[in-house]
Amino acid sequence: MSVNYIPRRFTVVRDRDLCINCGCCVRQCSNECHYFTDDNEKVVVNSDNCVACHRCVDLCPTKALRIEKYVCDYRDNANWTPQYQQEICRQAETGSVLLSAMGTPKDYPIYWDKILLNASQVTNPSIDPLREPMEIRTILGRKPEKISVERKGKSKTDMPPQVILETPIMFSAMSFGSISLNAQKSLAMAAKKLGTLFNTGEGGLHPDLLDYTDCAVVQVASGRFGVHKKYLENSRYIEIKIGQGAKPGIGGHLPGEKVNIEVSNARMIPKGSDAISPAPHHDIYSIEDLRQLIWSLKQATDNKKPVAVKIAAVHNIAAIASGTARAGADIIVIDGFRGGTGAAPTRIRDNVGIPIELALAAADQRLRDESIRSRISLVAAGSFRCSADIVKAIALGADACYCASAPLIAMGCHMCQTCNTGKCNWGIATQRPELTKRLNPEIMHKRVENLVNAWNHEIKEIMGGMGINSVDSLRGNRLMLRGIGLSEKELEILGIKHAGE
Amino acid sequence: MSINAGLRRYEELNAEIKEVLLSKNKVMVKDVNGQRYIGCGLDKGKEIDIYGTAGNDLACMLNGGKVILYGNGQDAVGNTMGGGEIVIHGHSGDALGYGMRDGQIYIKDNVTCRGGIHMKEFKEMKPVIVIGKSAGSFLGEYMSGGTIVILGLNLKRGEKLFGTHCASGMHGGKIIVRGNFPRENISDNIKVTALDEKDKKELDGYIKNYCKYFNADYETIMQKPFKKLIPISSRPYANLYTPN
Repeated sequence: MSVNYIPRRFTVVRDRDLCINCGCCVRQCSNECHYFTDDNEKVVVNSDNCVACHRCVDLCPTKALRIEKYVCDYRDNANWTPQYQQEICRQAETGSVLLSAMGTPKDYPIYWDKILLNASQVTNPSIDPLREPMEIRTILGRKPEKISVERKGKSKTDMPPQVILETPIMFSAMSFGSISLNAQKSLAMAAKKLGTLFNTGEGGLHPDLLDYTDCAVVQVASGRFGVHKKYLENSRYIEIKIGQGAKPGIGGHLPGEKVNIEVSNARMIPKGSDAISPAPHHDIYSIEDLRQLIWSLKQATDNKKPVAVKIAAVHNIAAIASGTARAGADIIVIDGFRGGTGAAPTRIRDNVGIPIELALAAADQRLRDESIRSRISLVAAGSFRCSADIVKAIALGADACYCASAPLIAMGCHMCQTCNTGKCNWGIATQRPELTKRLNPEIMHKRVENLVNAWNHEIKEIMGGMGINSVDSLRGNRLMLRGIGLSEKELEILGIKHAGE
Repeated sequence: MSINAGLRRYEELNAEIKEVLLSKNKVMVKDVNGQRYIGCGLDKGKEIDIYGTAGNDLACMLNGGKVILYGNGQDAVGNTMGGGEIVIHGHSGDALGYGMRDGQIYIKDNVTCRGGIHMKEFKEMKPVIVIGKSAGSFLGEYMSGGTIVILGLNLKRGEKLFGTHCASGMHGGKIIVRGNFPRENISDNIKVTALDEKDKKELDGYIKNYCKYFNADYETIMQKPFKKLIPISSRPYANLYTPN
């Protein structure tokens, strides 16, 4: 008998008084935790594979189920924590690289929680957004150096293409493959209704989404999956993916198991083949080469589409952002290291990159110092949990924010962080038809819309409290921010004062 | 219809080419001096004949059109090309046919590093690159579909058919080589096999095209034996990861 060196993570607790043995949990659990006894009379549980996704808990008609952490103590050791011991056992068993999903769960500083917002009192009146107009419309794209106007007030300036958003919140890149078509469709429908954008990731554009090309950002990454002339034309803007916050310096790898016929059609690769998108674009070895790709995409679309470049937040982010702006990017996306992913090597996810707050502040400051900030748009990504995080990001210098985990949670994600297994019981991070059909876009797009509408309203409330009636006046307005419990160096990088100053 | 490129910026030149091709199906561009993106996204039924040295990203995103270059190409010829044909009467730079999904590229002489990188096929789309002389290192890197043919014509003594790390990360498609080739430069994940009847028939068509385009002698080319390089596994990284 083989020894299992790793205790299970969770225990499914069934209240026998409440359970009616209906078998709902048996049908719902793709991890096969619940099953009928041989005589088919009683439902019993094997918690070994439980990931705490709560599908069975939330759907149990008699509320008979509960998940609890399985407590099995090791001898106390601040250094050799159970986590490290278990990871070593996994690698001793397989000889493989550890793979995790979603953003890092590690206890790194979250600067959003150490920044406080301002409000007006007496001298500058606050504004009630319920009565007065409050502008959160956001316009992305390259802006001309100056505007020349004819006598009658008509602009003579040749404007580069602009993208008008009705909210500073967009949905970040999640490919069809990493998430289900139903999940992507829900985001597309919500984006259309909300006047914002969703992002194809590097998964191509499925024909079912052709009605949503007005609100699609199409991504071009190193593997060029699904990229062709029509794909580029079917977009509001094109995004070159250089890096991702959850795995800077690491590429994408969709395993063949997830490449079913539909995914294969969208990515234009044979069914069952691995989709490997390595970290480097082999036509980009320098800022000059990045310029070449940016302009080749612009040439291919007759200069009608803005081109964004997405980079991961790493140590020299300010210089990289400056180079990217000079390479001709119209929009720069900076993805912080707490950002989510469908799969990333654990060690990379948990150790590489820097928080979006510091990266955003540093990049914005550098671009301002070099007088090129107003030319380009800056989009922040990498874990926005609520509207206040978004307001703080805008005040630190972002034009707009990419959110992915929050809308996924709106669609049922419970952060069980096992997207990489492809067994998502909520029908989000899976391609199994019996699971994906659980996610109904007709219902889910409304939940996503509700979430963004609620955040929009909160953003307006917070802005009104500051006495600001337009998101343009909030952008880069760091006077609206104060640090709490931060060192002088942290305050210096964030470009904000301490509370009380 | 003929356009003179001279030392003009590529924006201006390409705008003029696109303008002409609105009403004509073929345009000749003369005195090209490294202007980039010529033939970018060129649609089916359109042709550009280029004289001079075409700049980077020649015929990138090619969309079924035909580009003939009487001269040498630079980097990323046929970048992310989705169909059509490129014929180069000379040599080409790095990353030829990057992520190419369909169509054919014929190069009279050699290509430098990373020719055919990320080449992929899908259903009836099968990209082809035919190289007359030799290739640099990393030929067919990450290749997952399509065919590269490399003929070794006019190789001088000591010159190798291809450089190091040939077919590194390759997990689909095939590379057909003619005559002697440096086995020591082939990556571990590759095996060398004989051509089957289907391959031979396919190859014959490419060779005939090559001879037609570059006035080469078919019989001479067919005198030497051909071999095929294919990946051992279509999933070289299947066991790389373990869920944590």
